[in-house]
Amino acid sequence: MKNEVRKISCIVCPMGCVGTVEVRGGIAVRAAGFTCKRGEAYAVDEVTAPRRVLTSTVRVVGGVLPLAPVVSSRPLPKEQLLPAARCLATMQVAAPVQEGQVVVANLLGLGVDMVATRAIAVA
Amino acid sequence: MRRQNCDVAVIGGGPAGLAAAVSARRHGAQKVLLLERDRELGGILQQCIHNGFGLQRYDEELTGPGYASRAARALEAAGGVEVQLDTMVVGLTPDKVLRTVSPAAGLQEVQAKAVVLAMGCRERTRGAIRIPGERPAGIYTAGAAQRMVNMEGYLPGKEIVIVGSGDIGLIMARRMTLEGAQVKAVLEIMPYSNGLTRNLVQCLDDFNVPLYLSHTITRIEGKSRVTSVTCMAVDENRCPIPGTEKTFACDCVLLSVGLIPENELSEATGIALDPLTGGPVVDQHRETSVPGFFAAGNVLQVHDLVDWVSAESDIAGRSAALFARQLRPAPEKTLLLQAGSGVRNVVPQRLVCQPGQAEAVRLFIRVAQPARNVRLRCLCQGETCYERRLPIVKPSEMVVVELPSAAYQPASGLLTIAVEEAAP
Repeated sequence: MKNEVRKISCIVCPMGCVGTVEVRGGIAVRAAGFTCKRGEAYAVDEVTAPRRVLTSTVRVVGGVLPLAPVVSSRPLPKEQLLPAARCLATMQVAAPVQEGQVVVANLLGLGVDMVATRAIAVA
Repeated sequence: MRRQNCDVAVIGGGPAGLAAAVSARRHGAQKVLLLERDRELGGILQQCIHNGFGLQRYDEELTGPGYASRAARALEAAGGVEVQLDTMVVGLTPDKVLRTVSPAAGLQEVQAKAVVLAMGCRERTRGAIRIPGERPAGIYTAGAAQRMVNMEGYLPGKEIVIVGSGDIGLIMARRMTLEGAQVKAVLEIMPYSNGLTRNLVQCLDDFNVPLYLSHTITRIEGKSRVTSVTCMAVDENRCPIPGTEKTFACDCVLLSVGLIPENELSEATGIALDPLTGGPVVDQHRETSVPGFFAAGNVLQVHDLVDWVSAESDIAGRSAALFARQLRPAPEKTLLLQAGSGVRNVVPQRLVCQPGQAEAVRLFIRVAQPARNVRLRCLCQGETCYERRLPIVKPSEMVVVELPSAAYQPASGLLTIAVEEAAP
């Protein structure tokens, strides 16, 4: 079986390294051109199982602001980003909201929580 | 009218003002006053709900609100900073008298010993790029739309065309997509994007949003609401090429066409501005042309990373505290820094030094165009006094270098920063 070479623009930091990953049968066998270990790990994940941190908002009832910003506790599979965001659009939480509060637990059964990134006081 | 005195007055409670106030306290300013016109601290970070902030400063990937919260906690821990919210500074004099208004306190006059300018920047609007066509509803700057979507709960449109590929435009392309809108196109007049690579990958590629490089918007249609926009390809002089018209049906246009440091107060105070950065001319301590006035963050130069805003504001806050305590020695020598070939601007624009006391200085450099394998040089009277190779430079990503103390002499003169293609 021949190795497939995929070009990956690293997004871990603003350096924006462009490197390559050799893939054989869905498994990364070699990464080159990245200047740090984190970049290499990202590139390998990117060709095998790409994941993204999701940030969005959840409606707040009775707060000083109508929305609370949220972030996923861990990266989720890239193809789940849109379904996850659509699901969040149907959710709501009551004020007060604390920074770090789990607003939605185990989103779509993905094993990922959505956590508030700021406090929203009661109006 | 309420009157009060303070050692250091900080104008603006975004990341720059927060870091400057903390730093001023750490360096011995007794009374620090932080003035913020919004109802809360954090500035623009509060609407930047995406992550990617803080990798340099906190060694952690934070969201905008998360970064703001860290900075605000540092302010609380420092103590001794009086924060006034809902407070607008409407006047500033060279002898450091600030005039403010707020619903709670009315008119107030503050006599400061030193002032830190941390007012941030504003977005360029449709008028700044002169888009022909109708004037319907549905045209917003990307940052205004970001506030609507992320903080106020409104979706400004369902079919979107984004003009400009700066970071805010890219971030909004993803945000609008996640909220159920369709982003038809991102138009960029330059042959390259002005956004960070990570945003090109994560905001456009991930959602198959098309980016049209070397394209500009030439017409907006719609009587009461936007119905379509027309774009055209441009030639190397950025002039539209006839016959390349493309029309996108849409109900919303978002503009991400640049940021302008907000310096009305600085100008009214007689502070010299650099036409290239749009911010004050400063030395390495972030002191402006008027003694006792310091500037940091986006009011000084539009940064790409908030981490650098905070780092720069640490310097400005420290300098302001030392000035207020009358511990800042008068500079004896001044070196002027100028942008040479391949460089758009350099901050600081001046280096001040005492005889025999050269110090390492961090330079922020904006290059003129993207290039690979370049040689960055610092020239003094035609001689190279510092040199560094860089694998890649882009106008959208500020180059940050530490100029070692050995690279320059504490003598008056001129230093030129140049970025040229390296010999193979």
